[in-house]
Amino acid sequence: MDNAFQAAFQLIVAMDPVLIGIVTLSLQVSLTAVAIASVIALPLGAAIALWQFPGRGLVVVVLNALMGLPPVVAGLMVYLMLSRAGPLGQFGLLFTPTAMVIAQIVLILPIVAALSRQVIEELWGEYREQLQSLGVSRLRAIPTLLWDARFSLITVVLAGFGRASAEVGAVLIVGGNISGVTRVMTTAIALETSKGNLPLALGLGIILLLLVASVNAVAYIIGEAAKRRLG
Amino acid sequence: MNRAESLSLLPLELRGVTFRHRGQTLLQPLDLRLERNGKTMIMGPNGAGKSLLMRICHGLLRPTGGSVRWAGNGATAETIRRRQAMVFQRPVMLRRSALANVRYALAVQGVSRGERRWRADEAVERFGLQSIAHRPARVLSGGEQQRLALARAWALRPEILFMDEPTSALDPAAIKAVEEAVDTFHGEGTRIVMTTHDLGQARRLADDVIFLVDGRLVERAPVREFFEHPYSREAAAFVQGDLVW
Ligand SMILES: Nc1ncnc2c1ncn2[C@@H]1O[C@H](COP(=O)(O)OP(=O)(O)OP(=O)(O)O)[C@@H](O)[C@H]1O
Ligand SMILES: [Mg+2]
Repeated sequence: MDNAFQAAFQLIVAMDPVLIGIVTLSLQVSLTAVAIASVIALPLGAAIALWQFPGRGLVVVVLNALMGLPPVVAGLMVYLMLSRAGPLGQFGLLFTPTAMVIAQIVLILPIVAALSRQVIEELWGEYREQLQSLGVSRLRAIPTLLWDARFSLITVVLAGFGRASAEVGAVLIVGGNISGVTRVMTTAIALETSKGNLPLALGLGIILLLLVASVNAVAYIIGEAAKRRLG
Repeated sequence: MNRAESLSLLPLELRGVTFRHRGQTLLQPLDLRLERNGKTMIMGPNGAGKSLLMRICHGLLRPTGGSVRWAGNGATAETIRRRQAMVFQRPVMLRRSALANVRYALAVQGVSRGERRWRADEAVERFGLQSIAHRPARVLSGGEQQRLALARAWALRPEILFMDEPTSALDPAAIKAVEEAVDTFHGEGTRIVMTTHDLGQARRLADDVIFLVDGRLVERAPVREFFEHPYSREAAAFVQGDLVW
């Protein structure tokens, strides 16, 4: 065991190319997924917070439920869409990083939308009369509210990123864990552990832990700084 | 400015306005006309419906019965909204600097970037807020935020300004500053409608008084008449300082 740890640290310190490649791809996939999901989900969450429409309650419940969507189910759904016989089969995306991005978007879009809906709804309760008095339309209120809730929303987006980078089921199903192509940290850890290649698995595990820990640290620091500075 | 915009919004005419909520009548049928000029004080005990009436006039609440009509034929809903302003008892400031809050209000009204700058600077200066203009608005003290709310409203050059207890939580100096600001607004042609529980302030500032009790408009009178020869029993008790329930 000690040897495995030592070997793991050596891999990290030596910037082992295989390890670096896996980490880089993981970050690329998850960051892209988070960026795209956020661009859609933040305004979507705000819109659900601001507008009353029939079935709104149902939408909120479904979104909240989807926050707990099991990654393998998200992966399966995307697999069915992208497989040769599926509606998007013609694009040949299955087992590419793009497919993994799509699967992670499906996974975290509900999280970002549901949490930002909560954040924005609360802020809207506070701002509503003042903004209406200033003549701000609901549409115009969306960017204002997103901006004013920016610190809470960064935490929301980071939560999405944490979920995306830590999940294994979805990327495994749609990516296939192909070495050098779709192998990311989580799928590599699963595979290398089962093969008994503990140094690489541990090395990746340590990096993943550090990544998740620093994401949480950043979220915390931003939240505290915002409270102090802006009241 | 096109013709429709240059016409005055006032007078404001309320006919048979009522407000019901969950089977309770919070505002009894009420007729009210606010003329082009003057400073009107809405008075009455807690829960009388003063804030409610003000929100209805300002258009934040739709009455459940009756009509609210602005003059200014052909003015769009947007124009009507843009030519009024309201200072809330607890003003809400956006999470940006004091100055940026004023600029934001101007931006919403479609004022060009360059004009926003000088109009916001001017408003901040006018209300003595230069030294705190760049501080986050939400860390300002209650009185400073109140003044900032007034500066923001002033920057908009409203034709009518609603103020809901603008001095209820202020120190004597801040109250004086607000009262002077009210006179500034009025001197520049803004129609003033405000509420207060301060009888002295009402005497100092008002031209006329609208007196509400329990959702009923009990009395509308010029300020001297209201305080010296109140017509209703309730108003007589109220100006004596005896609470009316
Ligand atoms: N939007 C609303 N929906 C339902 N009820 C309301 C609403 N606004 C006010 N009320 C109720 O109407 C009554 C009058 O409230 P309002 O705020 O107008 O009183 P007020 O005269 O301003 O009192 P105060 O002097 O305490 O400010 C209260 O009983 C209040 O609970
Ligand atoms: Mg009130």
